[in-house]
Amino acid sequence: MPVLWIVAIILALAVIGYFMGRYRAIASAGGDSRKLHSLPNYYGTSVAIFTTVFSLLVLIIWLIVQPLVIENRVSGTIPAEAIPEGSTLGLVMSDVRRVANGLDIAVAGGAMTEDYASSIRTEFTDVRDRLAGVGVALGSDVGSSTLRAAQLYRTMSATGALLMAIVVLAIALGGFLFALMRTHKDFRARNVVETSIRYLLIGAASIAILTTVGIILSLIFNTIEFFYRYPAWDFFFGTTWAPSFGGGSELGIIPLLWGTLYISFIALVVAVPIGLFAAVYLSEYATPRIRAFAKPLIEVLAGIPTIVYGLFALLTVGPLLLSVFGPNSVGWMGAASSVMTAGLVMGIMLIPFVSSLSDDIINAVPQAMRDGSLGLGATHSETVKQVVLPAALPGIVGAVLLAASRAIGETMIVVMGAGAAARLSLNPFEAMTTVTAKIVSQLTGDADFSSPEALVAFALGMTLFVITLGLNILALYIVRKYREQYE
Amino acid sequence: MTDVTNTPVPSGPEKSRGSSLYALDKRTKRRNAAEARFKAYGIAAVCVGLAFLVILLVSIVRNGIPAFTQTFVELPIYLNEEKLDPDGNRDPAAMSKVSTFGYNPLIEDALVQLMADNGIETDMDGPTLRKMLSSSVPAQVRDYTLANPDQVGETVTFRVLASSRVDGYMKGRVQREDLERDKNLDAAHLDIVDQLVDAGAVERTFNWAFITGADASESRPEQAGIGVSMIGSFFMMIVVLVLALPIGVAASIYLEEFAAKNRFTDLIEVNISNLAAVPSIVFGILGLAVFIQFGGLPQSAPLVGGLVLTLMTLPTIIISTRASLKAVPPSIRDAALGVGASKTQAVFHHVLPLAMPGILTGTIIGLAQALGETAPLLLIGMVGYIATNYPEGIVDGFLAPNSAMPAQIYEWAKRADPAYYERAWGGIIVLLLFLMTMNIIAIILRRRFERRW
Repeated sequence: MPVLWIVAIILALAVIGYFMGRYRAIASAGGDSRKLHSLPNYYGTSVAIFTTVFSLLVLIIWLIVQPLVIENRVSGTIPAEAIPEGSTLGLVMSDVRRVANGLDIAVAGGAMTEDYASSIRTEFTDVRDRLAGVGVALGSDVGSSTLRAAQLYRTMSATGALLMAIVVLAIALGGFLFALMRTHKDFRARNVVETSIRYLLIGAASIAILTTVGIILSLIFNTIEFFYRYPAWDFFFGTTWAPSFGGGSELGIIPLLWGTLYISFIALVVAVPIGLFAAVYLSEYATPRIRAFAKPLIEVLAGIPTIVYGLFALLTVGPLLLSVFGPNSVGWMGAASSVMTAGLVMGIMLIPFVSSLSDDIINAVPQAMRDGSLGLGATHSETVKQVVLPAALPGIVGAVLLAASRAIGETMIVVMGAGAAARLSLNPFEAMTTVTAKIVSQLTGDADFSSPEALVAFALGMTLFVITLGLNILALYIVRKYREQYE
Repeated sequence: MTDVTNTPVPSGPEKSRGSSLYALDKRTKRRNAAEARFKAYGIAAVCVGLAFLVILLVSIVRNGIPAFTQTFVELPIYLNEEKLDPDGNRDPAAMSKVSTFGYNPLIEDALVQLMADNGIETDMDGPTLRKMLSSSVPAQVRDYTLANPDQVGETVTFRVLASSRVDGYMKGRVQREDLERDKNLDAAHLDIVDQLVDAGAVERTFNWAFITGADASESRPEQAGIGVSMIGSFFMMIVVLVLALPIGVAASIYLEEFAAKNRFTDLIEVNISNLAAVPSIVFGILGLAVFIQFGGLPQSAPLVGGLVLTLMTLPTIIISTRASLKAVPPSIRDAALGVGASKTQAVFHHVLPLAMPGILTGTIIGLAQALGETAPLLLIGMVGYIATNYPEGIVDGFLAPNSAMPAQIYEWAKRADPAYYERAWGGIIVLLLFLMTMNIIAIILRRRFERRW
C-alpha cells in the first residue's frame, strides 16, 4: 500500500474522529453543551490528534529506518568474492537497488509476473536484456549474487511495507478508539489539546537547534573524513593551493584565507567611511524630509540580491577598472577580475549594512549627552566627534565586525569578480580567490565525494563557519555590553 | 585642534579690544570651517551611496533592456512536397522520418528566394545565407509541418529568429570589425541585413519568448528564455512559504508567549541569532550533506532548494514575527485572560490576528530574500543543469531537476558568448521586478494595517 494511501486513510479517520468525538461529547452531556468541561470542538480535536500524531510519527520513523535495516541485511548476504576488483560494496548495493527497481517496473508494467520476478535466475535468463525491454538500462551484466540480493531486497521491502501499513493503521485506529472512549462530558479535552499545541510549538522552535546541529554534523563528519586523507597540518599551514583530481593535490588554505581577508579589507575600507559618515549625517544633520528620502534609498542597496552585484562586478566594474589600470594605461591589471573589483563591489553592498546599524546605535545615544556638549559651546561636529561617536564606539565596532563577517562569507561577488587563481600577492589588481569561491568550485561538477579534492570543501566550510561565528559572537557581545550602559 | 574644554575662550581685555561680536575671530572661523567640512563629508557620503545605487540601476537597465527585444526574419518557406512527404499521403508518422537536417535545404532555398524577391544582389549560396538565421529554425519549421501536414506543398510565411550575431548587430552590440575573425558570420551578411531591414523583412520586436521560454544550449543564445527557471523559483517559493511561515510563526509564538526563561530557551535564542548571520554558502553545504547525500533527495530539485532556503529564511521570519507579537500590548492578553480564555486561546484568538499584518510583511520580505539567494543553490546542483523543459505536473515541478532565476542568471553569466551577458542582465531585470513587487506589497500591507496602540 503506497504511503500516500496510508496518510489519506489516517487523515480520513481523523476527520471522522473529529465529528464522532464532538457528537459523543454532546451526547454524554444530554445535548446541553453547557455541561461540558470544554467547548465541543476540543473533544473532536482531541480525538483527531490521538488518531494522527502517534501514527504519523511511527510512519516517519519507519520510513527512515526501514531502508537502513534492509540495506544492512541485504549487504550482509553479498559474499566478499562477488564484489568485483576495483568496486566497492556501495557500488554493488546501488546495482542491487537498480535491479530491484527494474523488477518492480517490469512487474508493474505486466512484463513479468510476480512469481517469475522472484524466481528468475541469471543462469537461465538474461536479466539485463529483459529489463532493458521494459526500459530499465543497467550498466553491466547482472551477476547471480546481485540478482539474488535484489530479489531479497524486493521481498524484504514488500514485507516491510505491508508490516508498516498494518502497524501504522493499527496505531491510528487504537488512538482513535482510545480517545473516543475517553470522550465524556467531564473529560478535560481543552487541556489535552492545548498541551499538544504547546509541544508542537516547542518542536517548531527546536528546528533552529536542529539546523545548527545539522550544519555542525555535516561539516564535522566530512571534515574528519578529509583529515584522514589529507594531513591537517598541510591544510592549515600549506601555502599552495593546487587541487588536481588526478591525485597529488596541494590543498593549503593560506592563499585562500589571504584572498578572503584582502578582499574583505578593501570592502571595509570602502564601506566603513561611507557608511559611517552617511549614518552620522542622516541621524545628526539631515532634516526629516531628507532622512525619509535618503535612508530607504540607501537601504535598497541591501535588498539587491548578491547575484546582481556579482554580475555588476563581472561585467561593469571589472572592465571599467581594466580600462583605467589595465595594459593600455598603467599596466597594473591583467584581467577584469581582481581583488579590487570584488572588494569595491562588496564595499558598495556593505554600505547600507554599516550605515543602518550605526544609525541605530547613534540614535541610541541619549539626547542629554548632546545637549550637554552643545550647551558648553561645542559646535555640532565637535559634539559628534567628541561625545556621540566615543559613546557609540562599541556599537560601531560591533557593526563593523558584523560587516566583516558578511564580507568573509560572501560568495557570489567573489565567485564572479575575484578570479579563480589562488595567489599570495600584495597587488590588489591581481586575481585572487577566496574560501567561499573554492567551496563552490570544489563541490560543483561531478566530483567524487570521497576524494580529498571534494572533501576539502567541507573543511573550508568548517573554517568559514568558525571564523564568521566567532566574529558574530564577538560583535553581539560588544553590542550587548554597550546597550546595557544606556538602557 | 578644536578642543573646547582645554583652551579657554580668549577673553582678556587686550584681545577683545577692537573685536566685535559680529566679526568672527580666526579661531571661530576655523571651527566653523571644520563644522562645514564635517557636514560636507556627511553629504558626500550619502551622495556616494545614492550614486552607487543610481549607477547600479542604470547599468542594469541599459544592459538588460535589449534582452527583451529580439530580431526576427519574416521568411516565406515553400514546404516542398517531394522532400517532406514523398509518399504524398500526409501521414505525420511517415513525415516525421525527415529529420531537422532535412529541412535545411528548404530554408536555404527560401533565403535565396527572399534575396531575389527583394532585389538584393549577393554571391552567397544558401548554406552561407543560412548563417544569418538561428539554428533553431529547422526545428521550428519541422514542428509546424508535423502539426499541420495539410500545409505541405504550400508556401508558408514563418517568423523565425535571426542568429545572435545578427541580433547583436541590430542592437549595436556587434560591429562589422568584430566579425573579421568570426567564423559564424561575415560583414557581408550585415550588408544584406541592412537591406532586409529596409525591405521590412527583418525587424526587432518585443520578445515574449525571453520571459516565458526555456533555456537553450550554449550555441543559441537567441533562443534562451527565463520562463522555466521562473517556474523552478516559483515551486521553491511555495516550499518556503508552506514550511517557513507556519514553523516560523509557531516558533515565535513559543518564544514570545510561552517559553519560560531557562537555558533551553536561551539556547534557542542564541541559535536563531547565530543562524541569521551564518553565510548562505554554509546552508548550501548543509543541503548537500543532509538532503542530498544523507536523505537521498534528487539533485537540482526545487524541493531541495526550497528546504535549504526555508532553513535560511526561518531566522528572518522568526525575528520579524517576534517583533510584531511584542508590539501587541499586554492589555489585549489581560483582557482575554480576564474573561476566562485560556492562555492558548488568548494567543491564538486575539494576539495572533492582531500581529498578522506584521507577520505577513516579515514573511514577504523573507521570501524576497530567499528568491534572490544564489550561493546555496550552486551547491545543490541548480547550476550546470540546462533547464529546457517545463515540469510536467505538480509533483514533477517539485522533484524534477530545474533551475531557479538567480541560478539561471549565473549560468548565463558564465557562458562565453556576450549575447548571454545581455540575457543575464535581462534576467536581473525580471528578478528585480519580482523583488520590487514583493517589497511594495509588504510596504502597502504595513502602511494599511499598521496599528499604533
